[in-house]
Amino acid sequence: MRRAARIDRLGVLLTVAGAAALAFLPFVVFKHNRILPGDPLGLFAALPAPAAYACVATLILAVVTALGVGHAKTRFIVALVGIAVVAFAIAMAGTALTPPGNRVVRVAPGAGGWLLLATLVLMATDALTRLRPRPLTRVLLLVLCAVAAGFALGHGVFDQLSIMREYAVNAGRFARELHVHLWLALGSLGAALIIALPLGILCHRVPRLRAGTLGALNMIQTIPSIALFGILMAPLAALAAAVPLAAQLGIRGIGAAPAVIALFLYSLLPIVANTVVGLKRVSSAAVEAARGMGMTPGQVLARIELPLALPVILSGVRIVLVQNIGMVTIAALIGAGGLGAFVFQGIGQTAIDLVLLGAIPTVAMAFAASVLLDALVETLDRIPP
Amino acid sequence: MIRIENLSKQYGATTVVDAVSMEVERNTITVIVGTSGSGKSTLLRMINRLVEPSSGRVLIDGKDTRSEPAHLLRRRIGYAIQGHGLFPHRTVAQNIATVPHLLGWSELRIGARVAELLRAFQLDPAEYAGKYPHQLSGGQQQRVGVARALAAEPSVLLMDEPFGALDPIIRSKAQDDLLDIQRRFGTTIVLVTHDIDEAFRLGQRVAVMSQGRVLQYDRPAALLTRPADSLVARMTGLADRALRLLSLTTAGQIATPGSAGGPTIAASASLRDALSEILWHGAESAQVVDERGAPRGSLTVAAILAHGRPE
Repeated sequence: MRRAARIDRLGVLLTVAGAAALAFLPFVVFKHNRILPGDPLGLFAALPAPAAYACVATLILAVVTALGVGHAKTRFIVALVGIAVVAFAIAMAGTALTPPGNRVVRVAPGAGGWLLLATLVLMATDALTRLRPRPLTRVLLLVLCAVAAGFALGHGVFDQLSIMREYAVNAGRFARELHVHLWLALGSLGAALIIALPLGILCHRVPRLRAGTLGALNMIQTIPSIALFGILMAPLAALAAAVPLAAQLGIRGIGAAPAVIALFLYSLLPIVANTVVGLKRVSSAAVEAARGMGMTPGQVLARIELPLALPVILSGVRIVLVQNIGMVTIAALIGAGGLGAFVFQGIGQTAIDLVLLGAIPTVAMAFAASVLLDALVETLDRIPP
Repeated sequence: MIRIENLSKQYGATTVVDAVSMEVERNTITVIVGTSGSGKSTLLRMINRLVEPSSGRVLIDGKDTRSEPAHLLRRRIGYAIQGHGLFPHRTVAQNIATVPHLLGWSELRIGARVAELLRAFQLDPAEYAGKYPHQLSGGQQQRVGVARALAAEPSVLLMDEPFGALDPIIRSKAQDDLLDIQRRFGTTIVLVTHDIDEAFRLGQRVAVMSQGRVLQYDRPAALLTRPADSLVARMTGLADRALRLLSLTTAGQIATPGSAGGPTIAASASLRDALSEILWHGAESAQVVDERGAPRGSLTVAAILAHGRPE
């Protein structure tokens, strides 16, 4: 078999970016305390020589693979190994640079370290796109990554890095805010489902209702989230002042109530619109046959229309879930809590590590939700309508 | 027996079906034929109340169709439509089991019925029961659609352009299958089509509809020899009505004992096909044989031609 020696174009780009990151940007940043600007350190300055060489060797292997040797599967595995090695090297730099017992100095990944991780993640994503793994495989890969990350965190691999220092200080609060974060994201989604599904079905049945409803929901979607929080503040505060029961239920101008209501409002459009589209694509012959064979309207809806529309409805749910997990962060501004509290506190203190403590778990959760629901949608959508 | 009395349907000021009365005999195939917009589908859909009549009534075996809820009525009446309307998320077996499930049959009885129907439609249950509709050919989908309509052993089967989406060869096979199935299960079938050839081939009685009215409801031969008006004559085909008439009689029906020269023709072939075969061979007569090849007599051109004109 003849095979033209072709060099992968994305591989070239990734190689250039990775090499530049290694040569010109700091691998880690060493700070004498939490607030002070730090000293940039290269790979060889940050790590003992053998570890640095091992890291470089792995990166060379990644470059060779990325430039065109090997199957997509090989690339994927090499990229994963690369991510693990770079992450471990950063963690190791933390341990190596921190004097024993010192709780004041901070070691954080530098721009170069982040960029290296980003290029490797891109390489892995690209390989994964070419592999087109089945939904179950994708979920298993996600679980595998989560287990590996959990294992490393549980064994204190990253404990000397500044983000984990921030975590150690805030551990109790972190669990609480994570809980609040999930509750706000999932609670508003649940409430939206209860309203949006029937509303979507109604819009499908009554075409005259459709344009107006979708238009109104579309308009809500265009209001910036901070503005919507602000708009809700006054009426909710008035409500709490006028109705003692509302106040007892925790409804106030700030806090969880306006956050949940705003997220709920943003959730309506994707679910209503996808329900309408999903029901519309159900074959009219199938619905006609179902009626003609003696199904009641409820049976037609439950046994034929909803199951066939489910993949499209679920992709609406996916949009909402990912959107909500991200948007809850902003709700911290009005005192609703959630991981956004760390982000805004970190911004206030110019403590970037605290920002990351709020941001990284948020991104990870949104990513996981997206992978899980995508896999579910694809599994259900195997059967063409 | 289905008795349609003075049935009308109006949408606003438009009358779609206009005071139609007709009787459908038990254990026969009755075809309603008409151009699009003639109201034939609406008439059919008023029998199982997918469309509620504006006035008039329908009696099935003497019982008014409005004496029970519409969905219960429909479970007793088979219904097959153009483009089959199979449920894409359900297997062939689940599709066929739809009405038996609604009626609460036992799983055992449903399984046996599904297998029986699949075999009756020449689909091996072991191979096809677990398949999804999109894994079948168009002809197979159509057969499953009819099998599903017959699943709960309805005494009446309504079919709305059931073969409309099939190509000519598969369509012809589907029509033969329907005739077989009707003989086998004895179902009373009312079928709607715009195709006059299909109407003549399948229908023991044919109703010709135009603008909401039944112009004539009669045996196919009578439609050709005694059309009620010029519109019926035009719709049933003025130019080739003699040939159409020949196609309504089979060779076996007029074969006379004895042997003559010429090609060999199956007893089930129509006189139209027999004539064509004789012309093709430059002969004056033909031998008629039954399906096992045993001689059934002979047939002359003169005898055939005598059947191509009104008595």
